[in-house]
Amino acid sequence: MWHQLEPLLPQVSKPARYIGAEDGMRVPRHAPGVVSWLLTYPDTYEIGLPNQGLQILYEILNERPDAAAERAYAPWGDLEALMRAEGLPLFSLDTHRPAPLFDVIAFNLSAELVYTNVLNCIDLAGVAVRAASRSDSDPLIGAGGHCTYNPEPLADFLDFAVLGDGEEAVGDITAVLADWKASGRPGGRNGVLRALARVPGTYVPSMYEVTYDGARLVAVEPRHPDVPAVVEKRTVADLADWPYPKQQLVPLTEVVHDRLNVEVFRGCTRGCRFCQAGMITRPVRERPAEQVRTMVAEGLRRTGYDEVALTSLSTADFSGIERVVADTVDDAGCSQVSVSLPSLRVDAFTVGLAAQIQRARRTGLTFAPEAGTWRMRQVINKLITNDDLYSAVESAYSQGWRRMKLYFLTGLPTETDPDTLAIAELARNCVALGRAHTRSPSVTVSVGGFVPKPFTPFQWFGQNTLVELRRKVGLLRDDLRRTKGVQLKWHDPAASLAEGLASRGDRRVGDVIEHVWRHGGTFQEWSEHFDLDRWQSAAEACGVDIDAYVHRHRTFDEVLPWDHLSAGLHKDFLWQDWRDALDEVGLEDCRWTPCYDCGACTGYGVEHVVASAVPPAGGSQGTGVDLSRGAEIPVRLLERPLVGAAR
Amino acid sequence: MTGTRIRVRFAKHGKVRFTSHRDVARIWERSLRRAAVPVVYSAGFSPRPKIAFGLALPTGYSSDAEYLDAEVDPAWAAGIDNERLVGALTASLPTGMTTLAAAEIASGEPSLQHAVTSCTWRIDAAGADATEASEAVSRAMDAGELLVQRERKGRLTIDDIRPAVHAVEVQANITDGVRLIAELATQPRAVRPAELLASLRPPPGGRAAGERFVPVPPSLLRACRLHQWITTDAGERREPLAVSELGERREPPAVSEASVVGAGVGP
Ligand code: SF4
Repeated sequence: MWHQLEPLLPQVSKPARYIGAEDGMRVPRHAPGVVSWLLTYPDTYEIGLPNQGLQILYEILNERPDAAAERAYAPWGDLEALMRAEGLPLFSLDTHRPAPLFDVIAFNLSAELVYTNVLNCIDLAGVAVRAASRSDSDPLIGAGGHCTYNPEPLADFLDFAVLGDGEEAVGDITAVLADWKASGRPGGRNGVLRALARVPGTYVPSMYEVTYDGARLVAVEPRHPDVPAVVEKRTVADLADWPYPKQQLVPLTEVVHDRLNVEVFRGCTRGCRFCQAGMITRPVRERPAEQVRTMVAEGLRRTGYDEVALTSLSTADFSGIERVVADTVDDAGCSQVSVSLPSLRVDAFTVGLAAQIQRARRTGLTFAPEAGTWRMRQVINKLITNDDLYSAVESAYSQGWRRMKLYFLTGLPTETDPDTLAIAELARNCVALGRAHTRSPSVTVSVGGFVPKPFTPFQWFGQNTLVELRRKVGLLRDDLRRTKGVQLKWHDPAASLAEGLASRGDRRVGDVIEHVWRHGGTFQEWSEHFDLDRWQSAAEACGVDIDAYVHRHRTFDEVLPWDHLSAGLHKDFLWQDWRDALDEVGLEDCRWTPCYDCGACTGYGVEHVVASAVPPAGGSQGTGVDLSRGAEIPVRLLERPLVGAAR
Repeated sequence: MTGTRIRVRFAKHGKVRFTSHRDVARIWERSLRRAAVPVVYSAGFSPRPKIAFGLALPTGYSSDAEYLDAEVDPAWAAGIDNERLVGALTASLPTGMTTLAAAEIASGEPSLQHAVTSCTWRIDAAGADATEASEAVSRAMDAGELLVQRERKGRLTIDDIRPAVHAVEVQANITDGVRLIAELATQPRAVRPAELLASLRPPPGGRAAGERFVPVPPSLLRACRLHQWITTDAGERREPLAVSELGERREPPAVSEASVVGAGVGP
């Protein structure tokens, strides 16, 4: 439908985001026997194009003879209005093929606030937003990504959701769909959904019955004996088998993270208790250093980028990270390639690493201490000391950086005002350290309101209210008002409220999402489009008590909306970790110490793939003891009973 | 390091014409690196490759006459073959962008921004009537002034573009519309094809002068820059890279675009 779209493009902002034609784009071969996927990112092209998960699946599917994959992104409001006026559906960027012609429209869900956009995209595709109203000829609507660990708020709108790593799952699903198509679509839509429910890692909401007792959720149970009672996530055992994306897409227009991105490992067991990404992606699977080098060198040559990001959670934990960064800079053969490590733990950021990065062009440095006091960091299990932070900051300044960004959360369990205000103190001390090296050091403090997430030890914690979060931000603002060199930025606490509702909601929250969407609430991740009133009046109209979903502390025996899904983590492991948090007791990283049997490896027959048996040098490494000044042996932080060992 | 200056002429057609001037700059930075052209970097905290682009092409227009100047490693420049370079650059550009010519230029050659004085445009106005258009053009060329409304730094102004309209020729040879070939000045401020069309609106009887400038809907306008011109001190017109250097020029890659579109039809 390029010819219908083309005349609209001169009338919209940033038309280049709708043309596709990127280097790395595959020309799909559609055929009756081929399962066609429209991989859709429910936000703008600029945000969605760099998404690695989507690009990986795009390549894997297009390499299969029985699949063809294209991509779509949410059109901005100006184009959407023109499309609706002209009767044009959502389209793929690759060949500008109408969305309704695809077998599957699969959404990447990386954040809860995109949910209303998912509904909008389904509607733009000409498909009924409620799964129950769809006909046999409609595409299947699927989803993957971190948010599918609690897909319940979207359960009524999705035909299926995939939990965990998608590399193998998309192949399994394709095989089921190809089979079903080839054998004359037995059982229609319901037939194929029933078959999909049996694919490991695939959750088909319509195959589960939900029981309530008043406001209380009682159970989510399979309707049929062949449908699993608990859907377990998928985990790829070894990243070395999946060197994707092999041909990263190079956009023709500006996008976020516009650089080569190479995933160096997946999973993280530092065990930060607020961090859903860490909990659900266990265990740690490192890519072999040699493969990283090849992917970097070939990627740079092919794309022409002059920046490469080594991506993972806490990237400095990668075995031999200094070597890999040094090789990258050397390989480039000149000093014009810059290496960025978007996720850095301060206790693994050493002078050596700082020196390696700064040999190339310097990019911004971001550290995430997350909390202002050591006590608070023990609660959240981010076991870095103030000295760890200061020595990382000192390393950075001594190697020539002048600006850095510090990320913090507020509204954490047990947080007191002195904890909050300690954030300001840390920032001031960092600026003071910088003065020794540069005339105008600058530190940006970025504060977000904490939103508890499913499958974390904090899943039982009642989120701070809007009033409380605003008060805490206010404390910091007042305290930092006249501090030179420190800029305070904060995430809108109102958006955290909506995020909280969507993140731990059950199916009844779906009504709220639909209501918000029907009343014009799209692009809720964009502050200029977000309006809390819309969410509050939607909740009221749908009889949903926001307080009960968001601010209430939950109990161990309560049925959680995601209890029929599993990230491998035993519920009593998470509960014990929650109790430890309240006792201010930390837990060491299991990649270098004995296993706690959280379930992520033990349940699936996988294990850590880590090249180095010891933590990276530097810092206190979660011991709380300054190892760089005398202490030699990492002291055991605690004697911890192995929970779940009896299972 | 001071590099040797090379000038590149390139075309932009098809889907890629919806990229902005800024996008094109980024595309070129990557393409030059992919083609392993050793561009010289500026000094400083965040070094940038020394590449200078000429006049911005409005987003959505196509062109046979875009230019850039790059400073490259002199040792490398001494050994290059222009024709091979043209091929290598095109190979590293996205579909729709083609390198047409490349050559070393003197270090004293003024920048494109300063040197270029006018451009020749091919303007296709769908739905326009040939007779009416011809009349409007003669009226415009005879007029003492041609007023258009423009936005400058967020404020609306009325400018007279008549001195900047050097020539306009009407060709009634496209289906469902009119094709104009126009030479428009770029100094002191470049006149855009859409502005010319806005000024050509036939004044329906009796309307006040200020009311007749209805902009042509941008969706009904397609324009292609055919040439950029430098007027020499002697009053002669030449292109930043002489046409003779173009050699065998390939037609705009409409074919590759069509094949991509074609692949999108039906399941
Ligand atoms: S199963 Fe053991 S080793 Fe694996 S992530 Fe859990 S605690 Fe760590």
